Amino acid sequence: MTTFFDVVAAICMITGSLLALVAAIGQVRMPDLLSRTHPATKPQVLGLGLVLLGVALRLREPEAFGLLALVIIFQLVTSPVASHMIGRAAVRTDNRGEERLVVDELSEDRPQGRADEGDVPDQR
Amino acid sequence: MNTVYLVCVVVLTAAAVLTLARVTMGPTMLDRSVALDVLISIVICGLAVEAAWNQHLFTLPTLLVLALLGFTGSVSVARYIRGFDDIEDEEDGA
Repeated sequence: MTTFFDVVAAICMITGSLLALVAAIGQVRMPDLLSRTHPATKPQVLGLGLVLLGVALRLREPEAFGLLALVIIFQLVTSPVASHMIGRAAVRTDNRGEERLVVDELSEDRPQGRADEGDVPDQR
Repeated sequence: MNTVYLVCVVVLTAAAVLTLARVTMGPTMLDRSVALDVLISIVICGLAVEAAWNQHLFTLPTLLVLALLGFTGSVSVARYIRGFDDIEDEEDGA
C-alpha cells in the first residue's frame, strides 16, 4: 500500500512540474498580456494542486494535509481575482493587443478616445 | 524516488528560468506582475517538493504565506498602475 501511494505521489509531482514548465513556455511565447494571463493560471491552479497533492501523499501527516489543503484553497480563491484585476488594469492602460483581437465589444461601448482616457484610471 | 525528485527539480528550475526571462523582458509592469505570479507558484512547488524530499514539515507554513503574498502583490500592482509605462515606447514618441 505504501508503494502505491508513493507511485501516485510521484506521478502527481511530475505532472504538476510539467504543467509549471508549460506555463513558463507560455509566458515566453505568448504575444500579449491578455493571452499571457491564460498560461499563467496553469501552475497556479492545476500544477500547484497536483504537486501539493503528491507531496501530501508522500508526507502522509495530518498537519501536512491541512496546510496544503489551505494553500490550494487560497490559490483557487485568489487567482481568478488577481487575473481579473490584471485584465482590468490592462484594458484601462490600453495594453490589450488590439491588432490581435477578433471581437472587441468593450471598446465599442467606450466611445470616448481610448488613448487619452487610459492615462489615469478613475477610481470606480 | 530520488530520481522523481530530481526530475521535478530540473523541470521546475527550467520553468523558473523561462519565467525570469519574461520578467526581465517586460515590456510593461503588468507583464512582469503576471510573470512574477507564475514565479511565486513555481517557488511554492519547489519548496513543497523539497519538503517531500527531506520528509519534514518546516517549510509548509511558508507556502501559505507565499500564496497570499503573491495575490496581494499582483492585485496591488494592478490596482495602482498608472497609464502606459513602457519606457522604450515613450522615448519613441508614442
